[in-house]
Amino acid sequence: MDPLDLPSIPAPIAQAQGLVKRYDGRLVVDHIDLTVQPGECFGLLGPNGAGKTTTLRMLLGLTPPDEGTLSVLGEPIPERAREARRRLGIVPQFDTLDPDFTVRENLHTYADYFGLKGRARRERVEDLLRFASLESRRDAPISALSGGMKRRLTLARALINQPELVVLDEPTTGLDPQARHHIWQCLRGLLKTGTALILTTHYMEEAERLCDRLAIIDRGRVVARGSPQSLIHTHIERHVLELNGPAAMDWLTHQAGELQARVRQIGDLALIYTDQAGPLIARLEQAGIRYLHRPANLEDVFMKLTGHELRD
Amino acid sequence: MSAFPLPKLSLRFIPVWRRNLRVWRKIMVPSVMGNFGEPVLYLLAFGYGFGRLVGDLGELPYMVFLASGIVCSSAMYTASFEGMYSAYTRMSEQKTWDGMLGAPLNLDDIVLGEIIWAATKALFSAGAILLVAAVLGLISDLRALLALPVILLAGFCFGACAMVVTAVSRSYDFFLYYFTLAVTPMLLLSGVFFPLEQLPPAVVAMAWALPLVHVVEIVRPLMTGAWPSQVPLHLSVILVYGLVGLTVATALLRRRLMR
Repeated sequence: MDPLDLPSIPAPIAQAQGLVKRYDGRLVVDHIDLTVQPGECFGLLGPNGAGKTTTLRMLLGLTPPDEGTLSVLGEPIPERAREARRRLGIVPQFDTLDPDFTVRENLHTYADYFGLKGRARRERVEDLLRFASLESRRDAPISALSGGMKRRLTLARALINQPELVVLDEPTTGLDPQARHHIWQCLRGLLKTGTALILTTHYMEEAERLCDRLAIIDRGRVVARGSPQSLIHTHIERHVLELNGPAAMDWLTHQAGELQARVRQIGDLALIYTDQAGPLIARLEQAGIRYLHRPANLEDVFMKLTGHELRD
Repeated sequence: MSAFPLPKLSLRFIPVWRRNLRVWRKIMVPSVMGNFGEPVLYLLAFGYGFGRLVGDLGELPYMVFLASGIVCSSAMYTASFEGMYSAYTRMSEQKTWDGMLGAPLNLDDIVLGEIIWAATKALFSAGAILLVAAVLGLISDLRALLALPVILLAGFCFGACAMVVTAVSRSYDFFLYYFTLAVTPMLLLSGVFFPLEQLPPAVVAMAWALPLVHVVEIVRPLMTGAWPSQVPLHLSVILVYGLVGLTVATALLRRRLMR
């Protein structure tokens, strides 16, 4: 093909092809391909132990892949990981804030790791204290911060070099709803300024709210990819009816084979997936069974695809 | 990648070193007091207490002999402690290294920065003893200042060896092996407290294979108004221990952390 005929797609900000990682012969990442475009929020969704963190570590050049090729911000990884890390930010799963320093000193020292000096450094540190709403805690030791504050400081620290890409490993795990919303707001702000994000999460809500595109990974493989909406469209029925309690379960057993819907039962709880909720609702009303009717969401897709579904 | 790749040396170790210096400055008062207090106690207790019994060693009063020995052993202890307990804490407990690896720093920069920091602390503590010795009149002339770069190199050597131990250690308890099997024997067999010649020849031969005796052989003459002999040989032994330690520690830590 004539190169001039190629459509002008911007170069991906991160790209992985055929990524493989084994630990002691066990396949942890099994031929993963990923492409992240500039300015987008890309999510890696998966249960614990699916290979999310290992994939991120490989992207950052902290773990050498056994097979496959990787490039981040145009740099081959792991060969030029240092150059790539100069232009990206990292929010690790567990805080690695420096307990020997105060809030301000943490940012100051981190700026030093990036080679920031003098006035530029002072101003950047002040900006980030404001960004993280930690101005009043500037001289507090890390041990005096709440979980949410630590997370905000970790995020602020990741932005010290005004990165083009921020990589976040479970950024809101363990936070209360207020703190979580605050982080989401910060991340949306970053997306507005054109910063690309790669995040791992097992919170479907987080993925649905933030991610433009995501890949669901399980046992080291990508089992589905696309936008949250398209994943819901492609992989799952539109409606979900949730039933619970012995009466409902009893009713359900008597409907065997006649429901024409997919049923997923977990103990006392049953989820009925269907594209046509009307007839089912009528039957439930008739039987006097209490139910909850909601649109299908990413969690339903996730549960279906990661194969932890109990089928009858 | 080969199994034992050489460390990639870069000036990027400086921010790592500066981070440790910044923490040290925050606790400078107790640190400096420790640097001065302990050697003064050692010198006074051993020097006066023991020196009375021992008298002079050749031409040297025991206090003078001891002061130069303690300068060297202090460099060894300080660098070893820093390279083991403190570096291990930053690596394993505080996750300081993980934070650094999120910045454009490589593990090689961190290892080098930690070892040079251990050398710097060795210089602080040995330098403090040198000052105390000068005040007590245990130093002959300005040649003693030439001991400082030798101490820095010795700190690098012992810091690098300690980092190898840190690289294979799974807990703090492990460091006791190294202290019992390496540091303490070196302290006792390297002419710090008494002349090496007092020992059986086999032991002396063994001592010569270890780095501390070579440090003492350079520093003692410099502090007592003489020129050391066989300087290139002594420096080479110290340097080789340091470089081998740096290489092995970097390779082991890469295998441990970058997997």
